[in-house]
Amino acid sequence: MVFSKKENKQIKQRKPKIKDEKLAGILFVSPMLLGLTVFVIYPVLATFILSFSDWNFVTGISQIEWAGFDNFRKLLGDEVFFKSLINNLIFILTVPITMIIALVFAVLIDRNVYLKSYFKIAFFIPYVSSVVAVAVVWQVLFNPAQGPINQTLISLGIENPPTWLSDPNFALISIMVIHIWISIGFNLIIYIAGLQSISKELYESADLDGANAWQKFRNITIPMVSPTTLFLLITGIISTFKVFDIISVLTQGGPVDSTNVLVWLLYETAFEELDIGYSSAIALVLFIVVFIITIIQWVGQKKWVNY
Amino acid sequence: MKNSLNTRKIVITIIMGIISVIFISPFIWMITTSFKLEIDVFNYPIEWIPTRTNGFANYQEVWFGNDPFYLYYWNSIKVAVMTTVVSVIVSALAAYGFSKVKFGAASMLFLVVLATYMVPPQASIVPQFLLYRGVGLFDTHLGLVLIGSFSALGTFMLRQFFMGIQDDYIDAAKMDGAGHFRIFFSIAMPIVRPAIATYAILRFIWTWNDYMNPLIFLRTDSLYTIQLAMEKFATINGQFYALTMAAAVSAIIPLLIVFIIGQRQVIDGIALGGVKG
Repeated sequence: MVFSKKENKQIKQRKPKIKDEKLAGILFVSPMLLGLTVFVIYPVLATFILSFSDWNFVTGISQIEWAGFDNFRKLLGDEVFFKSLINNLIFILTVPITMIIALVFAVLIDRNVYLKSYFKIAFFIPYVSSVVAVAVVWQVLFNPAQGPINQTLISLGIENPPTWLSDPNFALISIMVIHIWISIGFNLIIYIAGLQSISKELYESADLDGANAWQKFRNITIPMVSPTTLFLLITGIISTFKVFDIISVLTQGGPVDSTNVLVWLLYETAFEELDIGYSSAIALVLFIVVFIITIIQWVGQKKWVNY
Repeated sequence: MKNSLNTRKIVITIIMGIISVIFISPFIWMITTSFKLEIDVFNYPIEWIPTRTNGFANYQEVWFGNDPFYLYYWNSIKVAVMTTVVSVIVSALAAYGFSKVKFGAASMLFLVVLATYMVPPQASIVPQFLLYRGVGLFDTHLGLVLIGSFSALGTFMLRQFFMGIQDDYIDAAKMDGAGHFRIFFSIAMPIVRPAIATYAILRFIWTWNDYMNPLIFLRTDSLYTIQLAMEKFATINGQFYALTMAAAVSAIIPLLIVFIIGQRQVIDGIALGGVKG
């Protein structure tokens, strides 16, 4: 192939430029990629491999033994593991409850109140506050004998109020209440952003047709915020699988495993029992569950989300 | 019509006002209790304004007692500021690289970054722990900073803003002979400054509030961050509720100040990026 002199010159000029772009691109993204490789990608692969091992890390790496599927077989027969998994599934109930409360508050705050920013900040405060401090406050509020919650219940005529965090039947519910209280602010802010993108004309024409507030909410607001709802559903469910701080500070999985969840079981197995292989198997299950939920929701979204 | 609408708005404001006060009442209770004498903590009906105060002694014990909070504050500030700085730099570089530099592997590599966002942090914590023990980062602040600095979220959020910059600016700068690093620092970064501020505030809050990583990666008491100190304090002084509440107030106050000063950034950032740390 023969190029004219001019074309030759252009090619020579272009080639180093493309190379420069590539080099610059790699340089810009490499610190992040390197960090993610060391702190996320490598550990996840290592978790995968370690889940097939039998190892107490105190004994040193030479003592590592390959166990095949033993850890997973043990999981299948482990009652505490299933209890934790079920608790995780029960915990998912907090997501729709949080979303309903947040959506109602968002609709009211978005157009129907004065001092809008006050409300946004007030409901958002639990979300930005540290869970440890907040959990300690709730621990005292839930105090069975003298706590303000039970004193109020007693003064309302309830003679034997639950002992909340120390009662196996109520501990998980108590933790769920705290989680809902923390999450409302986040859901509220996202819903308010979603509401603001709905065209006012839709509501105006509904007004002309004589629609009442409930009809507008049911037929305009809910369908129009469905992408936001989907987003909150996915992030909300995934975040219920990550709840760790409240449980660590308040119940440590107890009483009698009533608040045990996968991440707490994982933490205990790894850092208290030092059983690296078994804890890695739990980590792998956690990872797979979160992955499957994400996939199901992305596949299912077409059925009920309006874009 | 107008009038009745306003009445409706006032009524809803009042109702929501009552709900919001109930909603934040645990905070109000925490603050008032922190000023009480121990024996008054559980008086009923609840004393929202303490009749007798022991506030000075409570806070003095928290800040300068056996587990002095000023030390843990310093640790937390150090870790949170360093994490924020490193995270902002690394995320901004990557975000610029993914949005404004045209190179073949960009979209594929960006997918890799996004995929890491789906990994629950607990799924990778055991190997991180083993790695840290192996390389001597265990029980150090540097280790905590590094673990908090690489977040797909920062890259993702800032990339949205970098994409908003017109390519014309960048092409014009290139014509004038500027390289990408020059463009990044003198053109792109100043334009996205508000987004950087938003992400920095969020990262600071998340790092300040982080409990799990310090719990796993710190052992030495004097290195504890405020969250670990808070838990330790509550465990030791659990029966002294007024004291514990003074500690809780101390752990939250700097954060509330950062949040209230930067609330627009925080709320807009959360709403825009739909982020959750």
